[in-house]
Amino acid sequence: MQVDAPQVLFKNRHLGRPATFDEYRAGGGYEALYATIGKRTPEEVLDIVLASDLRGRGGAGFPAGRKWQGIPAGYVGPRYVVVNTDEMEPGTFKDRVLVNVDPHLVIEGILLCAYAVSATLGVCFIRPSYESDAVLLERETQVAREKGLLGKNILGTDFSFDIHVHRSAGRYICGEASAQIKAISGLRPNPRKGGPRTSVKGLWDCPTIVNNLETLANLPGIVRNGADWFKSLARTPGSAGTKLFSVSGRIAKPDCYELPMGIPLREILFEHAGGMPPGRTIKAVIPGGASTPFMPERLLDLPMDFDSMKKAGQRLGTASIMVFDQNTCLVGATLNLIEFFTRESCGWCTPCREGLPYVRHLLRLIESGEGREEHIGMIRDMAKVMQSAYCAFAPGAAEPILSLLTHFEAEVREHLHQHKCPFGNPPPALHGKACGTRPIAFGPTPCPEDQCPI
Amino acid sequence: MALPDALVSDLKRMIAQAEHPREAAVDVMYALQRHYGYLCDEAMHYASTLLGMTTLELESLATFYDYLYRRPVGHYVIHVCDSVVCWMFHQDSIFDYLCRTLGVPPGGTTDDGLFTVLPSACIGNCHNAPTMLINGRFYNKLTPERIDAVLRELRETTEEPVRCK
Repeated sequence: MQVDAPQVLFKNRHLGRPATFDEYRAGGGYEALYATIGKRTPEEVLDIVLASDLRGRGGAGFPAGRKWQGIPAGYVGPRYVVVNTDEMEPGTFKDRVLVNVDPHLVIEGILLCAYAVSATLGVCFIRPSYESDAVLLERETQVAREKGLLGKNILGTDFSFDIHVHRSAGRYICGEASAQIKAISGLRPNPRKGGPRTSVKGLWDCPTIVNNLETLANLPGIVRNGADWFKSLARTPGSAGTKLFSVSGRIAKPDCYELPMGIPLREILFEHAGGMPPGRTIKAVIPGGASTPFMPERLLDLPMDFDSMKKAGQRLGTASIMVFDQNTCLVGATLNLIEFFTRESCGWCTPCREGLPYVRHLLRLIESGEGREEHIGMIRDMAKVMQSAYCAFAPGAAEPILSLLTHFEAEVREHLHQHKCPFGNPPPALHGKACGTRPIAFGPTPCPEDQCPI
Repeated sequence: MALPDALVSDLKRMIAQAEHPREAAVDVMYALQRHYGYLCDEAMHYASTLLGMTTLELESLATFYDYLYRRPVGHYVIHVCDSVVCWMFHQDSIFDYLCRTLGVPPGGTTDDGLFTVLPSACIGNCHNAPTMLINGRFYNKLTPERIDAVLRELRETTEEPVRCK
């Protein structure tokens, strides 16, 4: 796929398969590592990353270097790097594409982070549907090991570091840093609230840096070419680097694109992703994964960077863009998102465990034409209550709900006036999917026998 | 039913390589699930013994995660993505078509023990919607015809898994 923009992370994408070690080396791969291990101090690497303004690509946008600075100075003992490849946010698939384009770029990025924070072990946390990525990373880390780039005394120095691939068994909450550390530790992955940050007390109670995979993949370029080069890649002042944009939904060319940070959303959709399919017009966009708000078409000229989006009351999130056309019911879409969040809630705190099913129930009523005027206020109140949940899960789930009511309230009211979905969607089952003729042995929300319609 | 020696030594090696035994909990359960077809009580007992964790601790994991199956499932577990992008592309119809074709309710298993159909959270393949995942492999841009072809192909290439008594 040809993209008319600098390709840093996707430089080797033209191969149509994962780049091999030799192909990566031929393009300057591992040069940053060779120029760093034993030649720069960890503090110097940290300074380069701080100067580059690299911000986390996993959704929160926290400056990577500042996160690394959280490790207590002078701490003696094991330190860990956890590579967050959980990527379970609906609409997001950038990390999967990136691993399958250039696994050694990822490995070099992990190594540079490990060197900067003096870590001894890296753990790649991978979701179960990415099993092929787990196998690929295991294979390529073994290649790196054989080349002397992983393991004991890397490049003949006293820096020793290795990477282990940890397979998750699949829950969305595992993407949250403290929950992920619990998951790796063999504990039920409820998030941790308060207490020291994971950079102080993380895996096995040792300092742990949890970074998104795309964040780390930026490090070889930054270390090799410098902070100013990285900043020059972005379109807007104050932002830095390129960004992987997952584009999906009603769009002509759904794919993952590497484009400058700060590029306007309209340009992504219409100049790179092929615009709308014939006969369709754009109604709304979710710009950064399921936990970011709906954006109406009039906001498409916003630059896609953390600060510009925040200023406009939006969120860049994972920059996973989902496009909704004029024929898609946004109440139905929101209901689908809330079904997801309800199912994936870890159940640890009340606003999330009880609030989400309640909002889902109200949305089902509206979508099936049984909604009443007061339901709109109830949904809004409940979404606000969810902001005070234990972790960021429920506030994230509230984003599409609140934005639906802010930008598309007329569409919600149309459901009330017509007593049905104006887009012709069939009424959702109020108790989950309909039962079959036999008892459900395993699965979602089995119907109580007395409510089985069959 | 005793576990095969090769599997036991694999599991012990897995645990020995981990920094702490419980770090291997999910891997051990995956391996036992592959052996038995699902995590039966016997599998949970073995996992508990090998890992030095209580069955309650393991139960709290096995019942929490989406890809650990505490009840019998088919040889092929069909995870049909039902997240918003796939939904937009008539995922409900795809899901219903699968259930009707196989004659099972959501979450059900076919009488021959081959297929279980489960709705699934986003599987990270949105640019190929609607999509499903079967035993680690993605199937893209689904249509009834494509589903028929996939099911036919899987029926022709099946080995009998070990089953709990």
